[in-house]
Amino acid sequence: MTRVKVIPENKKNIIDKIIEMSGENIRDCMQCGKCSAGCPASDGMDLLPHQVIRLLQLGQIDRIVESKSIWNCASCFTCAQRCPRNIDIANIMEAIRLTIIRCVGNSRLKADDVPSKVDCKMPQQAIVSGFRKYNK
Amino acid sequence: MNMKYSYYPGCTLKTKAQDLEKFALDSAKTLGVALQEQKEWQCCGAVYPLATDEIATKLSSVRSLAEAYQKGEKLVTLCAACHHVIKRVNEDMKHKEDIRKKVNNYLQLPNDYEGECEVIHYLEMLRDEIGFESLAQKVKKPLKNRKIGAYYGCLLLRPSKVMKFDDPENPSIIEDFIKALGATPIIYPYRTECCGGYLAIDQKDVVEKMTQNIFESASKYGVEEIVTACPLCKYNLEISGFGDENNISISYFTELLAEALGVK
Repeated sequence: MTRVKVIPENKKNIIDKIIEMSGENIRDCMQCGKCSAGCPASDGMDLLPHQVIRLLQLGQIDRIVESKSIWNCASCFTCAQRCPRNIDIANIMEAIRLTIIRCVGNSRLKADDVPSKVDCKMPQQAIVSGFRKYNK
Repeated sequence: MNMKYSYYPGCTLKTKAQDLEKFALDSAKTLGVALQEQKEWQCCGAVYPLATDEIATKLSSVRSLAEAYQKGEKLVTLCAACHHVIKRVNEDMKHKEDIRKKVNNYLQLPNDYEGECEVIHYLEMLRDEIGFESLAQKVKKPLKNRKIGAYYGCLLLRPSKVMKFDDPENPSIIEDFIKALGATPIIYPYRTECCGGYLAIDQKDVVEKMTQNIFESASKYGVEEIVTACPLCKYNLEISGFGDENNISISYFTELLAEALGVK
């Protein structure tokens, strides 16, 4: 019998960074699925919130980075409010997004794109939020 | 009654959500509450920085909190997003030594700020400082026979261990407020669900689905008007067009207040 390492060495750094930035302990998750059941944005998600946590536990970061789920999350904190293990999944989603957009040139929302995305009624709050969330 | 508070408006209230502020200030005057706008408030950033390593994005909130504390006043907020950000930053300053130290090292205030200021939302001011019973006595035009649904959204309620606003799953503060104004509050299941928030800028299709759920729920329970405290919630609900389809109007809670107090 050979021992299989769940987290490949070359992914360990990025996963450690995500855990550090989120301040959450992903090992506490017992996969009850309460987060996914209550997520109001789960309709179009290719990975449900509890699946994102499971993949993180398994070190499969590539599948998470490719998924659109992390961008569907609106940081509404419903999952965090209901998690029986007190994991704030919104913090983890944010940390994953940040590991992507903090790389040079990876901002998801660029200043030049803004005029095409706003209308005359859109509150400043939306634009400021968008920049804080998608631009570094 | 003569009550005095520091008041933090936020960027949206000076531009797209002027109604939210105007009706709040006019009503406050009638209620004998002095809301003194802070002189040099800065934008709160609209979203609370969730990553543990973000410090700079919390500074503007601390500046406002420290200033209100210096004056010995509570800080009143009106926009749900501003309230969320400032309240959570205040909690960090109270309990997270690392953040407290870095922020104070940077700001170099006359005294270190350690989360002493109390920040309350306008609705909390009505409930906890004035009291809904006293409010009801000041109503000049009771909003009789109006079936109004509260739309709480996310930012005032969650995470409840920090926000301490109301029960996060079954809140009652806005319903009690509606009742105090003489109207009939309608409880519907999706009143605490997210409208999609800032996804409005990038993923309108997701917002559409989320707002549709909210309106279907409200409509099923007989809601005729929705009130909210968040400019972005109001925008998302309005832009979806489901309100027109279901004959449900959307307004700020302060508009309702001003109307009932006879200052609209």
